[in-house]
This record gives sequence, structure tokens and C-alpha cells, in this order.
Amino acid sequence: MSSIRSFGEWIRRAETAGTTLAAVITEQESRHAQRPAAAIRADMARNWRVMREAIAAGLASGEKSPSGLVGGDARLCHARLESGKALTGEIAGRAIAYALAVSEVNACMGRIVAFPTAGSCGIMPGAVAAAAETRGYSEDAIVDGLLTAAGAGLIIAENASISGAEAGCQAECGAGGAMAAAAIVQMDGGSPRQIGMAVALALKNALGLVCDPVAGLVEVPCVRRNAFYAVQALVAADMALAGVESAIPVDEVVDTMRRVGVAMPVSLRETSQGGLARTPTGLAIERRLHDKE
Amino acid sequence: MRGLFDIAGPIMVGPSSSHTAGAVRLGAMARVILGERPAAAQIKLHGSFAQTCRGHGTDKALIGGLLGFAPDDERIKSALGLAADHGLKYGFSTVELPDVHPNTALIELTGVSGQTRRVVGASVGGGNILITSIDGYPVRVTGQYHTLITIHEDKPGVIAVVTKRLAEEGVNIAFMQVSRQERGEEALMVIEADEAIPHQALPPIRAVAAMKAVLAVPALGEGV
Repeated sequence: MSSIRSFGEWIRRAETAGTTLAAVITEQESRHAQRPAAAIRADMARNWRVMREAIAAGLASGEKSPSGLVGGDARLCHARLESGKALTGEIAGRAIAYALAVSEVNACMGRIVAFPTAGSCGIMPGAVAAAAETRGYSEDAIVDGLLTAAGAGLIIAENASISGAEAGCQAECGAGGAMAAAAIVQMDGGSPRQIGMAVALALKNALGLVCDPVAGLVEVPCVRRNAFYAVQALVAADMALAGVESAIPVDEVVDTMRRVGVAMPVSLRETSQGGLARTPTGLAIERRLHDKE
Repeated sequence: MRGLFDIAGPIMVGPSSSHTAGAVRLGAMARVILGERPAAAQIKLHGSFAQTCRGHGTDKALIGGLLGFAPDDERIKSALGLAADHGLKYGFSTVELPDVHPNTALIELTGVSGQTRRVVGASVGGGNILITSIDGYPVRVTGQYHTLITIHEDKPGVIAVVTKRLAEEGVNIAFMQVSRQERGEEALMVIEADEAIPHQALPPIRAVAAMKAVLAVPALGEGV
């Protein structure tokens, strides 16, 4: 059987076989990598362990990154959640604190899973762990969720991009948020069609997102952007599970994402030549870090 | 088409898959190509590697790779301090190389036995790498396959001996490149294979009179 090229095809195959998107993509990966499905599930479970370890490490340390630009925000948000004051409530509040924790670990050269990239590594664990802990999903359901997310990322990567340098931050944080939305709908027992809707809804809200790292580092604005997109994943999942339909089909959204990426000026695609990187403060930070060297 | 774990992974030490994880793999690959523990390394950074080296820990990552650490080893963070314990002297400088990828490093290594090797490689995104030159020979080594590299005198029959030996071991050749500086002088061959190069295949290849160096490089993720 040929490789899956679109969400439409992926969803049709699952519906025809009466199975989940996770099962269809695992079968494809099994053929592609010449490895049994159990080994693929075991590798995904290992990813999940590393993600949870990164959440714990980030909440425990509060360490500043070598540049001094980020670090400690996960603890601030977690403390506010613990005190019962978080406006966003239990699940979104955890998603914020966890996404920041993993991104801060990344900035401090700790161990993370680049899912889909290192700069967007907080979104998947933030949103997935917050939903899983609060709702009590089994590890099997979580692995299904991660497999679904990886499949969604694969189709986005093949038809648009997951590289900030190619398509702006919609390709990193935007894709990460859409993938996390897919994971949550899968974990919550949503249908293949609802998973497609969640991806479409999340991606549509990230179109044209600029990638503008200050001083060339994935710290400002990237770390905090991870928290926003972890919550956006929950919003997209809730809408899709409620039965909200994207007016524009998901494959057309992905194609749009590619065209928007191409149309974005190079200065807004991870070159640090535009956006926040070229504000007076952004330039001052760049000079300060250069002088430090 | 990529696989699921190209999207869900790699497990790595942050902050950047291209500037950190890819740099670890470049260092590790250079160590394997040297074929022994490095005692000294002079590393020249080009382009984006040179500009954002410190912030992304590219220097720590390259040294961590040269020490044999994997991309998810948390010792990478303190690799510069650990180098002395591992008997590795190092120096960094910047360089402008013509027509290369923005994330390129030129690594000059001296092994514990005194042999030297010059490796040029790029981090091409998502932790993937491409070795573009070994001792001045242009090559394309991705580390996606099990790789056999030979440096030998440019004489008839050498290639036949090597490929026959691999066939006898049941190793299927996926890609193959041969290059040389001058006719009849030194040549370099890169063989990328579907199967790991078995240890017992190497002595008869090393025994070929025209052979100068034989390097078996495991695929990334399997020792690098």
C-alpha cells in the first residue's frame, strides 16, 4: 500500500477499516521502518517518559538559561495554579506551566524530545500531560495520541513544513499546537474526522506566525509561545470534540500554510532579521550577548 | 517520505536540533571517521554555526560528540570542562568556507596514535548531518546508512575486492561513491549499505596491498 499523503486519505483509510488514525499510521510506520508495531509503540512510550521527566526537571529547577533571558517562569505559573488563582483553570493552567517547564529545560541544555522541533518542544508534553493527568487517560491511550500527533506532523511536514526557517513559526509552534490537538482528540476517544477538524482549527489560528528569535536563540519569544500553543491545542480539541467543523478542509489549510510560508518575507523566517529580533531591546540583547563572548 | 520518528524526535539535549543535536552528531561522526580516540581537535566554524555558537551550545555539542556522547547525553552541557579528563585538547576559531551549508564545521583531528584526519560536515536540519569532505576528498555521508570508507591507491581491482567481500557477508550496497585527486595516486571510496558492516569483513579488506585506511562507520543512532 502506498504512503499516506493527506489527511483526507488517512481519515478515509481509518473509516473504511473501522479503526483509529493511530492504528493506520502505526501500520504504515511498521512497513516503512521494517519494524514490528510493538517496537514502534515502545519507542513512543520512551518519548513520553522523556517528556514527563523534562516537565518534572523544569518545574524543579527554575534555572536561568546561559543567556539569562529565560528560566523560572514555569515555577511562577505552577505556583499560581497551586494557589487556586489561575484564571485558565486546572487543565489549561497545567498546560501553561508544563509547556514552559519543558521549553526552559531545552533552553538550559537539558534533555527533551524535539516533537516536532526543539524550539516547539514544550507544546506536546504541556498539552498532552495536562489533559492526560486531569482526565486519567491510560498509557496506551497516550501512546495512541502521540502516534496520531506524529502522523499529523508527518503530513504537515510533507505538504507544508515543520521548519521555522522555511515557513515561519506556524511551521514550528503552529504545527506543534495542531499535532497536540490531534493527540488530545484521539486520547479523548474522538473520531478520525474530529481529529482532522481539530488540526484544521488549530492550524488556521497559526497562519502567518512569524519566527523572529532575538539574538538568534530559541528563547525569546519562543519559550512563552510554547505555553500559548499548548493552550490553543486544548481549545481546538474541545471545539472539535463538541462537533465544531472547520469550514475549510484540513488538507486545504495545510496547503494554505505552505503558500503563506512561501509568501512570508525571509526576514520573518528564523533569520533574526525582522520582528521582535529587530526591536531596540532585541538589538540591545543581541549586542550584550555578543559582548559577553 | 519521512518516518514518524523524524517528527517525534530525536530525544536530545537542547536547545536546537540543528545547532546542538546535529553538532553532537558531527563531532561523533568525526571521531568514528578518525577511527580512534581523539587527542586534539581544531574546530573551525562557518556561517550560522560561527554566529550563534555559544547561545546554542554548539561548541559544547561538538566537543561532546568528539568525546563519544550521544545527542541526549546530559554531560554535553559540561563537555568543555570534561574534555581535559578525556585527554582531549581543543581550540575553536571561525572560518569562511566557499559554497557550503550555513551550519558547517571543519574539524581537524589528531588521534592518540598521532594520525590526523580533516573532516568537513554540515548540520542540515532536524539533527540530520552531511559529511562533505574527508581529508580533502569530496564525499556525501549522511550517517543514515551503515558506511564503509576506504582510502587506497588508485589501482585496478581494489574496488572489486571490497565489494566482493561485502557480497560474501550478505551486505547489500545502497549507494557508492569513488573519488580521487590524480589518476594513479590516492583514492577514496564511500559505500553506504543496508546492513551493518561485519567486523570479520574488515581484515581481508585491510590486507589489500594498495589499502591505506579502512573505516567502518555505524548508522546514526547505532553507536553515533
